[in-house]
Amino acid sequence: MTTTDTSGDAPRRSSLPPWMAIAPVALLLVIGGFFAFGLTRDPQAFDSGLVDRAMPNFELAPLTPERAALANDDLVGEVSLVNVFGSWCASCVLEHPQLTAIAKSGAVKVYGVDWRDPPGAGAVWLERYGDPYAKTGVDSDSRLAIDLGVTGAPETFLIDRGGRIRYKQVGPITAEIWNDTLLPLIRKLEAES
Amino acid sequence: MIRLLFTLTLLLAPPAVAQQDWAQQPAAALTPEVEQAAREVGKSLRCVVCQNQSIEESNAPLAEDMRRLVRERLAAGDTKDQVMTFMTDRYGNFVRLQPPFQLDTLFLWLGPALFLAVAIWAWLAYLRPQAKRSHAPAPLTEAETAALQQRLAEGGQQ
Repeated sequence: MTTTDTSGDAPRRSSLPPWMAIAPVALLLVIGGFFAFGLTRDPQAFDSGLVDRAMPNFELAPLTPERAALANDDLVGEVSLVNVFGSWCASCVLEHPQLTAIAKSGAVKVYGVDWRDPPGAGAVWLERYGDPYAKTGVDSDSRLAIDLGVTGAPETFLIDRGGRIRYKQVGPITAEIWNDTLLPLIRKLEAES
Repeated sequence: MIRLLFTLTLLLAPPAVAQQDWAQQPAAALTPEVEQAAREVGKSLRCVVCQNQSIEESNAPLAEDMRRLVRERLAAGDTKDQVMTFMTDRYGNFVRLQPPFQLDTLFLWLGPALFLAVAIWAWLAYLRPQAKRSHAPAPLTEAETAALQQRLAEGGQQ
């Protein structure tokens, strides 16, 4: 292919259709779009499929022998929050004032699941920060935690009167989450017969 | 230098410790079949707190508890599929290291084949015009042939 060839019927450099020129760019944008979507999503925030299912059967040991234990029967008949915490959990300390305020407000009963704590650690933690829980059970070997699809603490489950899970909060309950999501949902569930 | 050595030692140490801890794990007496099945299931279950390790590989506390639960269920007579279902019921498909073949994972599974097909198609599309693009001049159209005949006839008379 020479540039001096001016006869007009010289072979073209490429006979690919012109739109092929933008194909790589388009492909890059599509793949880039996938990455932009996929890499910015929180992989922990998956749908557990537990919402609208019955709370699994459980019977947890009490924090200390003189305290009340926690089992399914405690949740029957009223809307409640089940909060999974642990004395090892830093975000639980952050969440604690909000949880205490919720329990004080009387809007809903709050139950605690002390997850994977050494014996006695949960009780010490609650003495230090205050105990917002109506009852607390110890889940030392993650039995209930796995049944609930828990991946980290804190996680909070909103249980309706019938003992079904209606909402799952992963991470600390903030004032916004409480006011904008949980409280309206609790009001709605309480209005249900 | 000592600091560097110390750091290197620290880097090397954790896996060894984890291995030890791991070996102590299965306390209950399990038949080799159950243990074998448990390892197979465990390898395809994601440790949900460490993202890209299976529960067999991870030494996270939750993975440890999940391993125990898997062994318990298998020892109680569950099949491997039942254990997988048990976990996916609770943790969703996220817990499976190998995503299932279903509608929303169609692109994931078929994507590579799709890209290969596009590549082959583009390659063929690139090759085909090259074959056509021979140096022989294009055949004359009917009008051109007629014009040529006419010119020749005229020329012959001159």
